[in-house]
Amino acid sequence: MIGIVNYGAGNIFSLTSALERLHLPYGMINEEGELDKYTHIIIPGVGHAGAAMRKLEQTGLVEPIKTLKKPVLGICVGMQLITSHSEEGDANMMNIVPVRTRLFDKELGIKIPHMGWNNIRHKNTSLFEGIENGSQFYFVHSYFIEYNPIFDIATADYGLPFSAGVQKGNFYGVQFHPEKSGTAGERLLKNFSNLKE
Amino acid sequence: MLSKRIIPCLDVKDGRTVKGVNFVDLRDAGDPVELAWRYAQQGADELVFLDITATHERRGTTIEMVKSVARQLNIPFTIGGGITSVADAEALLNSGADKISVNSAAVRNPALIEELAKAFGVQFVVLAVDTKLVQGRNMVHLNGGRLITELETEDWILKAEALGAGEILLTSMDHDGTKNGFDCILLDKVAKSINIPVIASGGAGKVEHFTDLFLNTDVDAALAASVFHYGEISLPYLKQELKKHNIAVRL
Repeated sequence: MIGIVNYGAGNIFSLTSALERLHLPYGMINEEGELDKYTHIIIPGVGHAGAAMRKLEQTGLVEPIKTLKKPVLGICVGMQLITSHSEEGDANMMNIVPVRTRLFDKELGIKIPHMGWNNIRHKNTSLFEGIENGSQFYFVHSYFIEYNPIFDIATADYGLPFSAGVQKGNFYGVQFHPEKSGTAGERLLKNFSNLKE
Repeated sequence: MLSKRIIPCLDVKDGRTVKGVNFVDLRDAGDPVELAWRYAQQGADELVFLDITATHERRGTTIEMVKSVARQLNIPFTIGGGITSVADAEALLNSGADKISVNSAAVRNPALIEELAKAFGVQFVVLAVDTKLVQGRNMVHLNGGRLITELETEDWILKAEALGAGEILLTSMDHDGTKNGFDCILLDKVAKSINIPVIASGGAGKVEHFTDLFLNTDVDAALAASVFHYGEISLPYLKQELKKHNIAVRL
């Protein structure tokens, strides 16, 4: 069963709705003791990464999450939380995946936020199983995860190539919103729920 | 590459869609959930619901509708109409809306844009602007074009961007309903003047209008209502035609 880290950063109605459509059972994690109840953990997040990190710290879940051995998926700001640092609020993140979260540069001639459907190139990891390469996902964000070939599992281009998906061991992150990304996004959530420890 | 978005717009009142919608096999043409799902299946990239519910007391039905849509829909959607406070917006966000759009309330109280952006992030705040040409100047109008303001459209949009609007939905009242094409000149000027996405609205009548729009302007999305509702343009066909012109679309 999937546990959703409930730390008050953004609305999770769309995420829980998507899990319900997929008949994937889930519950909420408010404190450390509840992490053991679930086989898979999702860290959602919308809004300001620095503020989200402070809220997560207040739950006391940061250190317990870092020691998890089961599959963990960060979505959007939830993905940024597993990086080392975010330029949003110049804030230190959980530093699970040693890459940085940076602000898009409008000097590249792009509009910010990066909003809408963009295609990704993925590396055929289990998370993207059955998802055609070049598929489009729904993004909405102003900060991005810098591309690093060691941790990148999916790349998108917006002014520059950035990581739309990262992985380090059992920790995964996606910048797009799978719960809003049509059938490709639903497949990704299903794939996540099938990942083995 | 970021795709150009195609956005059908649905008017809702008391939790039901109004204006006839002409899908042949709909069980209930007024059911927003069924319609939204249908558009999503056909390849809509996003949806906008414009809530024209007259009274504050009936807003509860809108919230229930937003929840039902969010439960069923796997694409993003915006809800606009009657949002005057952070509390209004929060109720919609918590019901699963991805974005809210504000129009008159922001004209009357520009600080609202800033408050919404601070509370929920700029990506959540769409500023809808209805514009109409008056003595050679594009002026912001309210109440569906009936009430002129003292704001020049381009100035207002620049100010709104600075306040924290994350996207602009620009409707040309001169073009709206004419089915003669979008106001490409103004739209391009606006899109080039700001650094946030622009949704074009008003004037869509045939497929070529969308191609013209995306080939000749820097806008990011196109919104239309009747051409989709009455089946005059089918979404899959529209997307194919755009692709033929090398316009990035999601198929």
